Amino acid sequence: MNPVGLSTLYWKEVLRFLKVTVQTVLTPVITALLYLLVFAQVLEDHVEVYAGISYIVFLIPGLVMMSVIQNAFANSSSSLIQSKMVGNIVFLLLSPISPLEFFVAFVAAAVTRGLVVGLGVWLTALWFVDLPLAHPGWVLLFGVAGSAVLGAMGVVAGIWAEKFDQLAAFQNFIILPLSFLSGVFYSIESLPPVWREVSRFNPFFYMIDGFRYGFLGVSDISPWFSLGVSGLFLALVSAVCIRMLATGYRLRG
Amino acid sequence: MTSAISIRDVHKHYGSLHALDGVSFDIEEGEFFGLLGPNGAGKSTLIGILSGLVRATRGRAAILGHDVVKAYRRSRRLLGVVPQELVYDPFFTVREMLRLQSGYFGLGRANRSWIEELIETLDLADKADANLHDLSGGMKRRVLIAQALVHRPRVVVLDEPTAGVDVELRKALWHFTRKLHAEGHTIVLTTHYLEEAEALCDRIAILNHGRLQALECKEALLDRHPWRFIRLQFSQPVGELPEALQRIVVEKGERCVVLRMHKVEDQVGEILDRFRAAGLHVVDLSTREPGLEEIFLEITGEGEAAS
Repeated sequence: MNPVGLSTLYWKEVLRFLKVTVQTVLTPVITALLYLLVFAQVLEDHVEVYAGISYIVFLIPGLVMMSVIQNAFANSSSSLIQSKMVGNIVFLLLSPISPLEFFVAFVAAAVTRGLVVGLGVWLTALWFVDLPLAHPGWVLLFGVAGSAVLGAMGVVAGIWAEKFDQLAAFQNFIILPLSFLSGVFYSIESLPPVWREVSRFNPFFYMIDGFRYGFLGVSDISPWFSLGVSGLFLALVSAVCIRMLATGYRLRG
Repeated sequence: MTSAISIRDVHKHYGSLHALDGVSFDIEEGEFFGLLGPNGAGKSTLIGILSGLVRATRGRAAILGHDVVKAYRRSRRLLGVVPQELVYDPFFTVREMLRLQSGYFGLGRANRSWIEELIETLDLADKADANLHDLSGGMKRRVLIAQALVHRPRVVVLDEPTAGVDVELRKALWHFTRKLHAEGHTIVLTTHYLEEAEALCDRIAILNHGRLQALECKEALLDRHPWRFIRLQFSQPVGELPEALQRIVVEKGERCVVLRMHKVEDQVGEILDRFRAAGLHVVDLSTREPGLEEIFLEITGEGEAAS
């Protein structure tokens, strides 16, 4: 084991996003607030997803989680693609850091950024609305699990992509649709039966539904089931990611 | 005794291209070793395999007895590599980068005094808190050397460390690598500057088309060349020369010629007599022993020096 190597790599990845907080923290917080203002303004009086819960209160946990997962993905994927393009990935590859340590450090840093941005969105949203916090433990659990899944997907995308264009395609054609169609803005119960069933195959739906349960105490699906699906998906993505690192796929010639 | 570097039947294939084709040799601890070869010879691939950046298709390599694949943690801790490209992380300062690199190797705060020593030794003190992005090419090269040494490796590989640097920095780097060698480090140097290898290295390997073409101590390699060069200056312009002389002339000026003469077969006195017979009066004569460049060209069969 190389615990100092692991913690150094984690700290380096955290420092990297802390050095550009306007881009990595402030911008996504403002983007989430713009969504909040626009959607809440338009739909507040027309939509009630759960009985007794206003649309804006329904929307905020979903927006927080969407910010968490998108930024977790951005952290690991952008760091890796930049290192590969600039060539400084060589410093890591020359070091005695194992594939597992590499994976854990990148994912932990992605979780950190996801949670920092999520905390920023949540705290700012509290200015606008009195948001309940029914089960803080579930909030934290799904926040960590969701950002870990996306952090790991970011590592996969960062290793796979050989240019920024390919990474943008991964983000725009996979991450963005899955997060927008995961029930951030609506409950899947309000969808037609076909789309409701399709949504159940979207792993992001379970992360957001479970996260929302932590705030509101109500959800479309049991949080335990959502946790199981999220955990399975995390295990699957992690296995792919560690395999890629262990074989040196697109990293070692 | 365990070799500093052991390479056994190493192959690397990229599809139909054989970048390395069964290379085997050892580098002993404490050597100053030169790895030469034209572009595409396989030098960087071989260094990549030693450092874990490239996976060999077949064969094995070890650093001080530790297999670079099976015991990669041990082998990488014993090896410091100065990469050829001027790569850097634009997010960090020199000191931050060195501390991070030290951490990757499992070294904590206790290593900070060595980091400060490296900063001083490599004349980086003025720029220690400057962002790497703002440094000149020469300073970036010094940082790369500091990064390679941050974990005190016993074997140091310098992949063309003086490529593109000015004369002053080249001299400083020569001095520094000699100092490292004197302190007991095993040094492996790849370079395009053959006079650099000639000045610094004890033993030299020449790779060409992925195969080892020569592996000898520098003196033995130079002795393999059976030629010497003689420059003759005449009092009058050089006209048409007899056939027997033309075959040894490699350069011809208005009043001078450079001859390539076989050390054993060609007698200087006899050649001078022939020039005299051709009506040319020698006013000056100088000789030059062959350098590594001539040996390199002969072995690799290249039309020009490694470029």
